[in-house]
Amino acid sequence: MRNHQLLVLSAIIALAGLGLFYYKAAILGLPLEPRERTSVWTVEARVQFQSRDKAARVALRIPESPPNFEVIDESFVSSGFGLTSEGVDGKRAALWAKRRASGKQTLYYRAVVHPGSVSAPPPPPNFPQPPEEPDEAFAAAAEALREEVRRQSADIPTFASMLLARLADPTPDEFARPVLERDMERVPLAIHLLAGARIPAREIRGLQLRDRAREIPLDSWLAVHDETDWVFFDPTTGVIGLPSDFLVWSWGDGPLLDVEGGRRARVDFSVLRNRHGSVEVARARAAVLGSPLPWLSFLELPIATQAVYQVLVLLPIGSLLVVLLRNVVGLATFGTFMPILIALAFRETQLLWGVVLFSATVALGLLARRFLERLKLLLVPRMAAVLTIVVLILGLTSLLGYGAGMERALSTALFPIVILTMVIERMSVVWEEVGARAALQQAVGSLVVAVIAYAVFSNRLVQHLSFVFPELLLVALALMLLLGRYSGYRLSELYRFRALGTTAEESA
Amino acid sequence: MIFQGLQERGVLGINARNADLISRWNERRYFPLVDDKLRTKRLAEKAGIAVPPLYGVVRAYHELKHLRERLADYDEFVIKPAHGSGGNGILVISDRYGDRLVKASGEVISAEDVEYHVSNALSGMYSLGGQPDAAMIEYRVAFDPLFEDVAFRGVPDIRTLVYRGVPVMAMVRMPTRASDGRANLHQGAVGAGIDLATGTTRRAVCRERMIEAHPDTGKTLAGLRIPGWGQLLDLAARCHDLTSLGYLGVDVVLDAKYGPMMLELNARPGISIQTANDEGLRPRLERVDAWLAERSDPPVTDRVAFARDHFGSF
Repeated sequence: MRNHQLLVLSAIIALAGLGLFYYKAAILGLPLEPRERTSVWTVEARVQFQSRDKAARVALRIPESPPNFEVIDESFVSSGFGLTSEGVDGKRAALWAKRRASGKQTLYYRAVVHPGSVSAPPPPPNFPQPPEEPDEAFAAAAEALREEVRRQSADIPTFASMLLARLADPTPDEFARPVLERDMERVPLAIHLLAGARIPAREIRGLQLRDRAREIPLDSWLAVHDETDWVFFDPTTGVIGLPSDFLVWSWGDGPLLDVEGGRRARVDFSVLRNRHGSVEVARARAAVLGSPLPWLSFLELPIATQAVYQVLVLLPIGSLLVVLLRNVVGLATFGTFMPILIALAFRETQLLWGVVLFSATVALGLLARRFLERLKLLLVPRMAAVLTIVVLILGLTSLLGYGAGMERALSTALFPIVILTMVIERMSVVWEEVGARAALQQAVGSLVVAVIAYAVFSNRLVQHLSFVFPELLLVALALMLLLGRYSGYRLSELYRFRALGTTAEESA
Repeated sequence: MIFQGLQERGVLGINARNADLISRWNERRYFPLVDDKLRTKRLAEKAGIAVPPLYGVVRAYHELKHLRERLADYDEFVIKPAHGSGGNGILVISDRYGDRLVKASGEVISAEDVEYHVSNALSGMYSLGGQPDAAMIEYRVAFDPLFEDVAFRGVPDIRTLVYRGVPVMAMVRMPTRASDGRANLHQGAVGAGIDLATGTTRRAVCRERMIEAHPDTGKTLAGLRIPGWGQLLDLAARCHDLTSLGYLGVDVVLDAKYGPMMLELNARPGISIQTANDEGLRPRLERVDAWLAERSDPPVTDRVAFARDHFGSF
């Protein structure tokens, strides 16, 4: 009966965990595998200006359905500013306003974007009327250039591309030279020349996404409508097509930033590649789906706390491992969860150095403990002394290692000193009471469990799944409950009772 | 293969012991009765069960100053932590030359060493959870000459497993050089199974391996007849009534002068007794269950009779 209840309870717990896991993985699309390189980016625009002690109004152009990207999250940080965002014809802007602002003001706009979505581009403009040329000479030069380019091109994109290439040529030919003499910026000049051929073109501005890029400038690009679609050109080369990691920030001319009631206004951009990119995507999807479940993820926590949980979620997995190795395999260890803590320490030190350090420290500690034994100290002071000696041994290792240029030796700082002390104490008691064999057996057992736990802990998939899907720990819990009633043999008992087992075979 | 063999013979694993026996039959609130050897001793004395006489108890560090005087009257004695487990922390003194004391193993130690040992015991070094402890000083058993040649510098004892009040299996545990005079199998002592009907030893094991003769003395281990066997079984069965523990290990020594004396009780007795008896426990436990299903609270004599009738060798 009790077994029956336990079975039902474990099944409920496991199903709850698996159900939530399924929901998050299959419906919200949280990634099942750790991906080193995600292509979700956080782009931040920072506006700074000096206020003039009166009402301030800031307009910052912000992206609106940039080609090749999807904006999955946006946020505005503006203390004391009222905010509206409006978008007209690809000229979406964030508008901040404040009755009274004084001193230096800083405003942030932050967008989380990821590539791949098809977004609706601004509608095609009307065919432009041929622009008014400043003078006859320019009009003739422009027409000559257009004629020359038209002869060599097949359609609108090739025409625009050839035109831009000629304008960008560092040694311009006789057709381009007279046009360039007019000292216009290249992109407006190109738009002007294209308009002369009744080809609609707009300037776009955007940025190249690079991880950890700070204070990067916006690049100007050219968008040309070829009667069906917008085609993009690099004005410095004439090459067709946006690079995949180029985020279009704003369309059309007009200032990027407009500040009324402030001076020395500037905007700069920084970019960060998101580590848990696909998680951001899933978060956005959860919002779209109107997910009724609370967002169960450690990724909502501050980074420092996340780091703690990245380690904490491994502990239940380690303890499940200990349950298996002790109750099913039957390994003897010092302390139930000591090997897990040792394994966590190995994460800092790396395996080989960790094992060496552990063995050496325990061996030296045992020697010290043996010496202290002769002094006949009381238990607690003696353990305190051993602890101090352990700290000294580790410190000495780091100093010597550092002197010898071994970086590894420095990673000992987090080695669980108290745990080591307990190991030394217990090992020496077992050594005296039961014998060296048992003591070494348990020490090796502990080390084996620690190494296995380390292997599990450093598996990227395990790290990823336990951190992104903490509900899987419920499955681990269910397994623990079930193993709690496991009354079968331990593997080691097959060896222990081999005398009994084999006699049965002989007699059979 | 081995797995099947074990299952067929009804060998109990440690998980089964913990899950099916200890957690089922041994209520936690009764554990202190046996985990505190002082309490066990008082309980047994009250019930008229023979135990080694207590010379004294050391409970606090300041008493260590007078330990030497208190021990001066005794040439041989045993120091035990009241909460010791697995035979840890037991110091057996077999002789003395003035201030120098001789351990059962033959090693000579000073009174200071004894004080240190007691202080370790007081600080909980040998107790289960490491909690502060008391040290008992008691009579050192002068064991029955029967065991003269099969005990190496220590006290052999008889471990009887009592299941729901019925003795189900027993073995003699004999110290060896490796076990340093202690009678715990995991420390290297020899265990010899006992025919419950006659009280005669059968095969023996040491470190889970079958042996014919004592590894240190060379004496044949099978065929020893334990005197007063019925009396011993009776004592073991009564210990169940003292403690209400359904899965109980009773350790008895045969003293040359006083006869069978209960040394200690164990609420988590080990399962090596199966190897010593070359038999799995489970069939015996099932027979007891079946027998008890038909009666309530049979008296000690009936329980002992049942054990002798059913758990002898044929």
